[in-house]
Amino acid sequence: MDLKEKIVSSYVAFEDGVNINSDIHEIRTDAFQQFEKLGFPSKKLEAWKYTSLNTILKEDYSIFPDKEKSINLADVKQYFIHDIDTYKVIFIDGKYSSFLSETTHDSIDVCLMSSALTKAKYKPVIENYFNKIAKQDNLTSLNTAFSKEGAYIHIPKNTEVEKPIQIINFTTGTEAATMLQPRNLIVVEQNAHVQIIERHQSLTENAVFTNVVTEIYADRHSTVDFYKIQNDHISASLVDNTFIEQQSESIVSVHTFSFGGNITRNNLNFYQKGEHIDSILKGITIIEGKQHVDHHTLVHHIEPNCESHQDYKGIFDERSTGVFNGKVIVEKEAQKTNAYQKNNNILVSDKSTINAKPQLEIFADDVKCSHGCTIGQLDEEALFYMQQRGIGIKEARALLMYAFANTVLESVKIPEVKSRITKLIANKLNVNIGFNI
Amino acid sequence: MSKYTEDDLREELETKEYEYGFYTDIESETFAKGLNEDVVRAISKKKNEPKWMTDWRLEAFRVWSKMEEPEWANVSYKKPEFQEIAYYSAPKQKPKLNSIDEVDPDLLATFEKLGISLEEQKRLANVAVDIVIDSVSVATTFKKTLGEKGIIFMPISEAIQEHPELVKKYLGTVVPTSDNFYAALNSAVFSDGSFCYIPKGVRCPMELSTYFRINEGGTGQFERTLVVADKGSFVSYLEGCTAPSRDENQLHAAVVELIALDDAEIKYSTVQNWYPGNSEGKGGVYNFVTKRGLCETNAKISWTQVETGSAITWKYPSCILKGNNSVGEFYSIAVTNNYQQADTGTKMIHLGKNTKSTIISKGISAGKSQNSYRGLVQINSRAENARNFSQCDSLLMGNKCGAHTFPYIEVKNKTAQVEHEATTSKIGEEQLFYCNQRGIDTEKAIALIVNGFSKEVLNKLPMEFAVEAQKLLEISLEGSVG
Repeated sequence: MDLKEKIVSSYVAFEDGVNINSDIHEIRTDAFQQFEKLGFPSKKLEAWKYTSLNTILKEDYSIFPDKEKSINLADVKQYFIHDIDTYKVIFIDGKYSSFLSETTHDSIDVCLMSSALTKAKYKPVIENYFNKIAKQDNLTSLNTAFSKEGAYIHIPKNTEVEKPIQIINFTTGTEAATMLQPRNLIVVEQNAHVQIIERHQSLTENAVFTNVVTEIYADRHSTVDFYKIQNDHISASLVDNTFIEQQSESIVSVHTFSFGGNITRNNLNFYQKGEHIDSILKGITIIEGKQHVDHHTLVHHIEPNCESHQDYKGIFDERSTGVFNGKVIVEKEAQKTNAYQKNNNILVSDKSTINAKPQLEIFADDVKCSHGCTIGQLDEEALFYMQQRGIGIKEARALLMYAFANTVLESVKIPEVKSRITKLIANKLNVNIGFNI
Repeated sequence: MSKYTEDDLREELETKEYEYGFYTDIESETFAKGLNEDVVRAISKKKNEPKWMTDWRLEAFRVWSKMEEPEWANVSYKKPEFQEIAYYSAPKQKPKLNSIDEVDPDLLATFEKLGISLEEQKRLANVAVDIVIDSVSVATTFKKTLGEKGIIFMPISEAIQEHPELVKKYLGTVVPTSDNFYAALNSAVFSDGSFCYIPKGVRCPMELSTYFRINEGGTGQFERTLVVADKGSFVSYLEGCTAPSRDENQLHAAVVELIALDDAEIKYSTVQNWYPGNSEGKGGVYNFVTKRGLCETNAKISWTQVETGSAITWKYPSCILKGNNSVGEFYSIAVTNNYQQADTGTKMIHLGKNTKSTIISKGISAGKSQNSYRGLVQINSRAENARNFSQCDSLLMGNKCGAHTFPYIEVKNKTAQVEHEATTSKIGEEQLFYCNQRGIDTEKAIALIVNGFSKEVLNKLPMEFAVEAQKLLEISLEGSVG
């Protein structure tokens, strides 16, 4: 039985665990029918031209892992940004872990999707925001159909959240193969500010397939900084679907750091619904082996006087493949738009591949839009210069790669995240440079 | 100058009608509409073709009948009814003429209107013109001069008779019959076109030129061009087009194949100004063209195109850089106005070592038109030290039009250096103001700026063509952007 059939036939079992007489369930059922119709994406779809999910869809995933397994904090502490105080929303095999988490209802809500979807007091927010900007495409629909658990974050007006929020999904590998579908909703009201760190981490070599959907609403004057750390086991694959709606004068930045995992696909979508908005999309990808990372971004400029800045860096070794597909749409009303897109790649090995498709669709005349895409190597002369001065070739290469990725790191606002990423890069490049950027 | 605002300009631009819209009434011989194996056979018989050619056409027809029309391009239009088209139309010009004086005066008048008076060309321009009206070549000049160098430049139908070994060897090697829907259709029914062969080490002493016109209403025109540059040779080939006004959409599906053998260079320039439809988007030519060149070792192919006409353009002149050190270039200006839609670009396939490619594409959209750049740069795993530079700039006039870029970049070799940049902008207020201050009126200023915008490409055109191209830009965008 293939995965689609398995998922379709397990929907009845899923319905046993939820209230099927709710409005939410209508949304789920519609999405389920949508998925039933579309199935999993294939390479025949233009959006999936360069990424095939076939190898990971072959696994016999357990769709509702029900064996509870507790984990010790000491075992997983390394996956937290632990040197600062944070709110934490932690899931183990898709189930909330109250032991590892630190949630709050004190002026802000940092809690669970399961309670937001069922409790009356959250109903107005859910009605206004749940599944409003998520696309109706295959995998998003699949997630919507099974949406039940995830992080729910609601920041009311004029609130500056004093510490970052971490969302971590652990997989324990109690099943041979696990499929997870977390669903996050983040609503940030006027003048509010929040920083969020998201991570997916499996603790064994067993196969994991995560299909996560995150919806973020940023109201007027709000600021949202979102960091995605993707450094999972080579047996874990991730499809991350993030949808962001921004109102006037809001600033939303999403940084994606992709170092681990088997197949990683990031669908990052920005919809600008007001004026003077700034959207920032940045990413560093450093992969090797047979890893595959696909960044699929969309910035939809709908209103005038907005900006978007994209900066994606990739370093590809061994047989790894990278994909960058960045689309910018400027509607005819969106005059005075400034949209910038940059994608730089380094191929380290003869076997590595990069496929890039930076795409502009512009309907307004008074705009400044540019995209730049380069594929190249490290500067031989710079390497030689450093070697002459006693820096080993490995370190010299690493230094240059650091410098290459630094424009993305620079805009990370949480120092602990920055130093963590620096360490991860050093690990990935297998060097110890002995300084922090 | 009175207040002549950009809005006025835009309006004038939108109401500007096609200036070359005339129709010459020459008696034509046209097949009944529709397409089947018998029609393909009949075309072949009409041309008195050898059996291998007939079989080749039939093979293509069989492939075509199994294919589906592609839909991936960023254009929308009513698909042509392929059974409603007459697949052969030739001016009744028998017997063959020995001198220009014998040519139908009506036909000569047509050339006059196009500004390509043969006499004048013969005397002044030093251009050999192989004129195609509705698919059959009726006049060829300078044949003798070329003949002395061993250069073959003739209608492909004659080449099939006179040089079957060359045609057989190269036809369909770069664009196979099964390549795509329109290439297959062309292979099955092509009525005529040009064939050009430059022998080893010969530098073609003049620009070779062909003018295409679609003349008979309701007939599709299916040209087939084959240019072979043997080792160490050089040729510059020009292709220019205008077509009369028509209300029903006319289909044009040409195939151009270029073969540059070792150390050879081919420069292929196109000015395309077919009827784009009127300001409501009615009528106009559908231009679905397959152009591709193959470069052997150290060879170079350079495509230059100025696209101002056609209702729908669907055209991707490509280079297959097969040999080591081969070079591919693509320079393009695409102007769309009113309801025109253009989806054009190039493919650079790097197979050999040290191959280089350059892509410069300029898109100008006005009115309610859609202008897309679609390109592919592919560096294969054996293409060591390949180098590509791509630049796509778009200029928008007003907010009813659209500019799109769809660049595909696929790199499988670590030594590759690929750069792609694209920008979209409008004509700067400051630039206009600067010109106005210096006594240059807005219209001229816009013309100046557009010319500057397109200069990189215009510069690549041969002299005679550059003038015509500049004129075309002005006609297509007159009053608006120059």
